[in-house]
Amino acid sequence: MKKTSMRLVAALGALALVAAACGGGTDFEEGALGSVTVEAGEDIQIRSLQALSAGVEFLGVPNQRAVELAITDFGAIEGHSVTIGTGLDDICSAEGGAQAAQTIVSDEAVVGVIGTSCSGAAQAAMPLISDAGLVMISSSNTSSVLTSALDGVAQSDWHEGYYRTAHNDAFQGAAAATFVSENLGLTRVALIHDGDPYTNGLTKAFEKNFTEMGGTITVHTAVAPDDVDMGPVLAEVAASDPELLFFPIFPPAGIPLLQQSASVDGMENVVMMGADGLSVEDFMGLPESEGMYFSGPNTQFGPENKNEATGKTGEEFLAAYEAAYGEAPSADFWAHSYDATTMLLTAIAEVGVVDGDKLHIDRLALREALSATSGFGGIIGSITCDEFGDCGVPIISVFQHNNLDDILASKTNIQFTYDPTG
Amino acid sequence: MTSTATKLPPSGRRFRFNWVDGFLWFVRIAALITIVVGITGSVQNFMAGEGLSATQWRDLLISSTSTGLMYGMIALGYSMVYGVLGFINFAHGEVFMAGSMVGFIGATLLFDSGFWDSNPFAAVFIVLVISMITSTIVAVLVERIAYRPLRNAPRLIPLITSIGVSFFLQYAFAGLFGFSTRSYPPAPGALGEEIIIFGIPIQGTKLLVFVVAIASMIGLWYFVSRTKAGRAMRAVAEDKEIAGLMGIDVDKTIVLTFAVGGAMAGVAGLLWALLFRVVDNLMGFLPGLKAFTAAVLGGIGNLPGAMLGGVLLGLFEGVGPLLVLDGLGIPAVSQLKDAVAFAALFLVLIFRPSGLLGERLGSEDRA
Repeated sequence: MKKTSMRLVAALGALALVAAACGGGTDFEEGALGSVTVEAGEDIQIRSLQALSAGVEFLGVPNQRAVELAITDFGAIEGHSVTIGTGLDDICSAEGGAQAAQTIVSDEAVVGVIGTSCSGAAQAAMPLISDAGLVMISSSNTSSVLTSALDGVAQSDWHEGYYRTAHNDAFQGAAAATFVSENLGLTRVALIHDGDPYTNGLTKAFEKNFTEMGGTITVHTAVAPDDVDMGPVLAEVAASDPELLFFPIFPPAGIPLLQQSASVDGMENVVMMGADGLSVEDFMGLPESEGMYFSGPNTQFGPENKNEATGKTGEEFLAAYEAAYGEAPSADFWAHSYDATTMLLTAIAEVGVVDGDKLHIDRLALREALSATSGFGGIIGSITCDEFGDCGVPIISVFQHNNLDDILASKTNIQFTYDPTG
Repeated sequence: MTSTATKLPPSGRRFRFNWVDGFLWFVRIAALITIVVGITGSVQNFMAGEGLSATQWRDLLISSTSTGLMYGMIALGYSMVYGVLGFINFAHGEVFMAGSMVGFIGATLLFDSGFWDSNPFAAVFIVLVISMITSTIVAVLVERIAYRPLRNAPRLIPLITSIGVSFFLQYAFAGLFGFSTRSYPPAPGALGEEIIIFGIPIQGTKLLVFVVAIASMIGLWYFVSRTKAGRAMRAVAEDKEIAGLMGIDVDKTIVLTFAVGGAMAGVAGLLWALLFRVVDNLMGFLPGLKAFTAAVLGGIGNLPGAMLGGVLLGLFEGVGPLLVLDGLGIPAVSQLKDAVAFAALFLVLIFRPSGLLGERLGSEDRA
């Protein structure tokens, strides 16, 4: 008797669910990933997930601020304003990324995420975000493992719903290797990474390209991100007799490495080179960093580079940033963040279905719209997404640090520009 | 006549095979062979002119020893507290950090005012005093607030409390100073230059580490063996109850133990900051762990052992990968330095479980 009544309850329950799902009197049909309904008077929820601590705030804070400025410039979508809620912190690590992703996916109103700052955090966050049907657009992840090695094959950590406006490090590795091999004419390079997929990806890409050009990698070693005693690693590097040391790591380990290299026998004439992780004030303010080379995304945007959604140029953005926050952005990915946000908002506006005062946003349709982005005019240039989410403009520049007091001026001292598209 | 003791048969010793002993012997022999092969490989490389040059080895030895001396100074605090109270004070690494971080404020103020560069030794001395006082205060406060109420609790409880205190201090300092790394100003005057001692050029700061560490060790030895307070410490370490009955103020002696350990950690904090220059709220974690390892390596509770353990650990970690692992043909070995440091602990203990100079346990722990 009990069994039958249980079955009856279950059947009624199922019917009720079906009725609820089929309810509503609109033409809106949900896709396979479900949808988000923004009620009347509610905000459209997106999230910002950037590195706001752990010594890497210089990278995440300007990214989040650029997101906020982009939202203000873009305006409301169908009468609903957009909000990021509270900015989330990925502490530039896998644990931080995973934890923040948990927070994001547990809120069903979230449509998309702008983040992460660090590739290591994205590696851990994407499985959760992808499974929940959300989209994530990163403005500073550059590691190839998150998309592809530009060879048409998805890499191990690629997940559906991931996009990025930052370049793929396969380009930066090639750019740096070309610069060292052809412009500087050097053949012996030592590499140091810190285990993070970004730094390791970059040194691997460098090694691959440099050896193809006939150079030798004398040693390819690593430090821990929080190491301070660089004696042993510098002794190892010096012993391998390199002409240049490429260490695309972050300031917490980069600062002691640079400071201690001066007193290591054998490192006196070694040219030092870093990447975008180090081209920040904390590191570039050190007197020992003068004369160093830095590779990174191109940040010289001319007046013809306008974001087509808001009509702003890079200069106008920088003026607005300075006015709002009293300082210039501390890292190089502000334009990428701005463009990523406008890309997302444009896609939301495109796929959103108005239903009276409500707005339905289908998750699958949003992914398809983002994947189909082609020729979207951003401050960084013309944005087109490939099948694995690489939407970035692959222009890499190498500059030489020649002005300890004015970092921004130093960044205009460009020695080499790599542009595979032009 | 009968005897319950095992008698050895007159024909020779009977070998009783015990699987655990057998495994341990296997590991010992395998470790020895690996180390010998590695060192031989490195020596061959050196003879062939590859790898590090003689001056590079010399410099590596000097910098590894100076790091080791700092580990030793922190390890003294671990050993003293273990000797007196019988538990590992995991918050000691944070006592080291506290001295460094507060010293940073002093150093920056002095640097900005120009005093740092104009009077280098006076400036460093001032920051040293600041660092020592801060570390001592933190250590004494921790003892008073977190450990004294647990004086009679089972030993595991204060151990766990110390882990909690460690986290508390890390994040309290993050709250005060922020999470980002701070840089000490560059070593002033003669400390920033190379000084030639016995024909060997050595960085001023490293020489300072040697001098200060050795002076502190001598001072501590004198204090512990020649003064009344030091005698009281040794008595309390030997047997707390009886020492109390003998008229020693046990509470005061314990506070003194923490204070002295804290002061040593404060000195180490200042030296570390001068040498490596970057400080942040988490800087005490790994050195604290390594110093604890060093204390165990030298024999827990044993003060000369702590210093020796520290120096050896510094050498193992700095020279070990390049000497042993590189000779085995493993590429990019310097990233394994932490692994080598902790493996060294394991290896020393399988050869000599009580630590190199033997452990000094209180009456409660002795068999």
